[in-house]
Amino acid sequence: MAEFLMPSLGAGMESGVLTTWKVKPGDAVSRGDIVAEVETEKGIIEVEVFDDGVVSELLVDEGTKVPVGTPLAVIGGDGADAATDAGREADAGREAEPEPRTAAVADRPPAGRSSQVEARPAPGGRAHHDTPAARQLAREEGIDLRALTGTGLHGVVTRADVLRAIRTRQPAEREDRVSPYAPRRAEALGVELAAVEPGPAGAIHAAQVEAAAGRAPAEKPVAAKKTPASKTEPATKPKPADAQAAMRRAIAAAMTRSKQEIPHYYLAHTIDLGPATEWLTAENESRPVPERLIVGVLLLAAVAKAVREVPELNAHWTGEAAPPLDAVHLGVAISLRKGGLIAPAIHDADAKSPGELMSAFKDLVKRTRAGAIRGSELTSGTITVTSLGERGVETVYPIINPPQVAMVGFGKVVERPWVVDGELGVRPTITATLAADHRVSDGHRGGLFLAAVERLLQSPEDL
Amino acid sequence: MSSSAPSDRSHARTLLHQMLRIRRLEEKCAEVYTQGKIRGFLHLYIGEEAVAVGAIGALEDEDAIVATYREHGHALMRGVPMGAVMAEMYGKANGCSRGRGGSMHLFAVDRHFYGGHAIVGGGLPIAVGLALADEMLGRRRVTACFFGDGATDEGEFHEALNLAALWKLPVLFLCENNGYAMGTALDRHEADVELIHKPAAYGIPAEKVDGMDVVAVERTVRYEAETVREQGTPRFVELNTYRFRAHSMFDAELYRDKREVEEHKKRDPIALFTARCREEGLLDDEALEAIEKEVAEEVRAAVEEAEAGEIEPLATLASDVVSREVP
Amino acid sequence: MKRATYREAVRSAMRQAMSGDERVFLMGEDVGRYGGAFAVSKGLLEEFGPDRIRDTPLAESTFTGAGIGAAMGGMRPIVEIMTVNFSLLALDQIVNNAATMRHMSGGQINVPVLIRMATGAGKQVAAQHSHSLENWYASVPGLKVLAAGTVQDARDMVLAGLDDPDPVVLFETMVLYGMEGDLDEEAPYDGVWRAAVRREGDDVSLISYGSSLPKTLEAAEALSKEGVEAEVLDLRCLRPLDQQALEATVRRTHRAVVVDETWHTGSLAGEVVARLVEGAFYELDAPVERVCTVEVPIPYAKHLEDAAIPSVARIVTAAQRTLGKG
Repeated sequence: MAEFLMPSLGAGMESGVLTTWKVKPGDAVSRGDIVAEVETEKGIIEVEVFDDGVVSELLVDEGTKVPVGTPLAVIGGDGADAATDAGREADAGREAEPEPRTAAVADRPPAGRSSQVEARPAPGGRAHHDTPAARQLAREEGIDLRALTGTGLHGVVTRADVLRAIRTRQPAEREDRVSPYAPRRAEALGVELAAVEPGPAGAIHAAQVEAAAGRAPAEKPVAAKKTPASKTEPATKPKPADAQAAMRRAIAAAMTRSKQEIPHYYLAHTIDLGPATEWLTAENESRPVPERLIVGVLLLAAVAKAVREVPELNAHWTGEAAPPLDAVHLGVAISLRKGGLIAPAIHDADAKSPGELMSAFKDLVKRTRAGAIRGSELTSGTITVTSLGERGVETVYPIINPPQVAMVGFGKVVERPWVVDGELGVRPTITATLAADHRVSDGHRGGLFLAAVERLLQSPEDL
Repeated sequence: MSSSAPSDRSHARTLLHQMLRIRRLEEKCAEVYTQGKIRGFLHLYIGEEAVAVGAIGALEDEDAIVATYREHGHALMRGVPMGAVMAEMYGKANGCSRGRGGSMHLFAVDRHFYGGHAIVGGGLPIAVGLALADEMLGRRRVTACFFGDGATDEGEFHEALNLAALWKLPVLFLCENNGYAMGTALDRHEADVELIHKPAAYGIPAEKVDGMDVVAVERTVRYEAETVREQGTPRFVELNTYRFRAHSMFDAELYRDKREVEEHKKRDPIALFTARCREEGLLDDEALEAIEKEVAEEVRAAVEEAEAGEIEPLATLASDVVSREVP
Repeated sequence: MKRATYREAVRSAMRQAMSGDERVFLMGEDVGRYGGAFAVSKGLLEEFGPDRIRDTPLAESTFTGAGIGAAMGGMRPIVEIMTVNFSLLALDQIVNNAATMRHMSGGQINVPVLIRMATGAGKQVAAQHSHSLENWYASVPGLKVLAAGTVQDARDMVLAGLDDPDPVVLFETMVLYGMEGDLDEEAPYDGVWRAAVRREGDDVSLISYGSSLPKTLEAAEALSKEGVEAEVLDLRCLRPLDQQALEATVRRTHRAVVVDETWHTGSLAGEVVARLVEGAFYELDAPVERVCTVEVPIPYAKHLEDAAIPSVARIVTAAQRTLGKG
């Protein structure tokens, strides 16, 4: 048995509102599964569970604000335990979940433990309704709603049902939105909703269903006097889903707040990358191809180690101050293929060798693009690096990612005339910039940091 | 100053009996409040009983009464049974407002008792309207409107006096001046503490009376009410009194000195009246004991009735919000 | 049936009520000699005398409270508050007294008072004379709230409000007093408590009331020229709202635009949208749109005032959005 507690999702978080349960008693969970959404000052954050087992009891209702550390749920060792516990609690007269444990999905892959769960049949066959959120998620993820058992009121398939199904399936490419009425129209016209092309706004409405049915918009008497073109939406390619728009909004909100609240100062310094690139070439010759390093990883290593020397840059602003943090969790800005970006963190980056950093970085990029980043990875960064060299720019002026207090930017590697030991030569160089929070540090300390990055990059073998 | 003398034995007995009913009931209220049986706000009238007893005793049964949130005594005097008052405070279905009003909103419309009103000053326009209806319907009755000194701060006080005077309406304004607007002393909330100056500004005749002298209150209010009835125009009486207990149960009384309270308790209207009756030979120990016994029995029965009362079924929660659902 | 203005319709109803029931009287600021700030009661003083057409002091709280008290005392008062803006001075009486009295007394008292007030912007009278606060009153249990958007309703609602045993707040639209329309002075009037379909159409429901109704009807005609047939639902009774009618219209059209001159945040339209989502969620084929007043105290300058409040163009655009156009 284990308790699932209200997590501390950031420095200064004293409490959170449990907004949504993604599991219910009887659900099998594995370490790392997203089990709930918690609203904090920073917004709604998905939180993961840290134990394997079966949810035996939810202790906190949705919408409840509880202090950090409050038990939110009890996770049983396995299904049998949970059932026994539920029975005990019912016997003891406590409020127990009245329903039998209901199923996630029947084709859950064997998990190496006996979490037998039985599918509850939907009353009267297939659920008549699905919630729009469930439908949207199902379309985004390519889940066939008809295969799911609804656990909502009156057998409605809810978002949680779809989420459970997602855990066992591969996401699909399509990300359409569907109006609540469209599925009923599709059913009436005998149209397969999955085959309907969305309208210009990337959503499927009744009009798209009707177009797919190859008929005039409606069999309404007044339809005759209308021009069909005004009703029938041209079947076009789906536009990028609105998840992108939502991310854009989230970035907009965070960056606007950052720029409005944080007094940024900027420092730039051009660094000779000659020793680093030479070392890299030699080092990579001794490495198998999959383990070869890129120069970007050396930059990450240099930042992670340099910030130890100027610890005030490795901190979270708590509203009044930003005490330096012990661990260096290096946020890495990763742009997404469809637009937008996120900055998950490589934990304890200062203690990792370039090789370890390389594999951590590759893993992060892969999981970011697969949408498999955990909430904790998004909130734990203590300082972030952004590299825009691939985009051909020389200098980056980053905006700090709150509550962090500093961000480091790298441009592209440029060959420049460079004087070394009194002699002019051509060297690969890179411009490192620092955006830092003037409430926390001053330009003098920021300068020391960039100087430390430069110094470390001159001795890459020590990184 | 002592209390004025009652006219006879029966008069003496009636006044004392009524004042004691209020006091003993409220003492019981305070007790059961601490046990959690009464909740919400509980404003006790202890010390001010002579006002309600004298004033309402001087009115005709047909006269309308609009009172404040400190109105247990007024309801009792108007004949609302003690059990119905106590049950209301218990939030029971057998309360006089079926548990919807509580201590501050006792109503008995069949007795022309138009309620305890808990927005200071808010009852005055209602009283003016009741009098307007009387005037338009040709009913010759007085609407007695009780309010505290705090209400004289409110715009509605001035508006209501003006309108009653302008339209010549039969309202008797009865200002229960206990010296405090909640915790703010009169000279801290009024620029002119002579309250009868205010009705004068609207041409309303006014006088003041010692609110600790039940016989004087009765005599004054009887005269003023009869004048309103005859002339059909508003009049104003300031009744000077004092609240012996806190404003409500949750009041640390930081705003007044305990010695001040003790000083005023020397003019306890019940003690003053009892002493005067003894002097006059109108009440003896035996009679006093009999009254106390009778009142104690009534209070005991009232608590019993309240305890035994049913609670309103939850199914009736939203009933009596409107009189008629829309068609 | 005759042609009459909205103003004349209100007057006609008050005359009919006062002729038929001795208990009915009118009081308010300048309702007598002046003839009413909007000339609604012009001529009534001569007809009914100063006892029943009562000019009051400028004391909204107390004359409204006196109306409540008179209703408790057996009369059927019509309290005219010149505009909703001034009714804020009477909120204590309306919300704390009229609305609570029946429940607070355990059902002993009812308060048959009709409180009429003009509402809305559009006359360049700036921030303190242009409020639309129907939503405030519509949120208070114990009150019934009507809003007249047609000439006939201006008459019918006065009579229905006076017939009702509870406090009724009637919103008359300031800019509509001069509007002409058909008036049947013998029509039954009990229908005003239900929403009315003012125009039929299958493509989108335009839900409106009071000041926004004529604009909404105009928008529906404009949409028709583009091949979109809108159904226009006039809410009429803002409390209680006609849930059945709301659900029924969306079942027909699957799309809705709610037009309401109260401010966007906390608007009555917001309540309507919530009810559509609660009651007709699976009928919706597009997000519900709101056309409300921009969140600004109503400015004086005409172009700014026009831009602040719902307009035909904004209604048309919102309707088109629900149809995936624009």
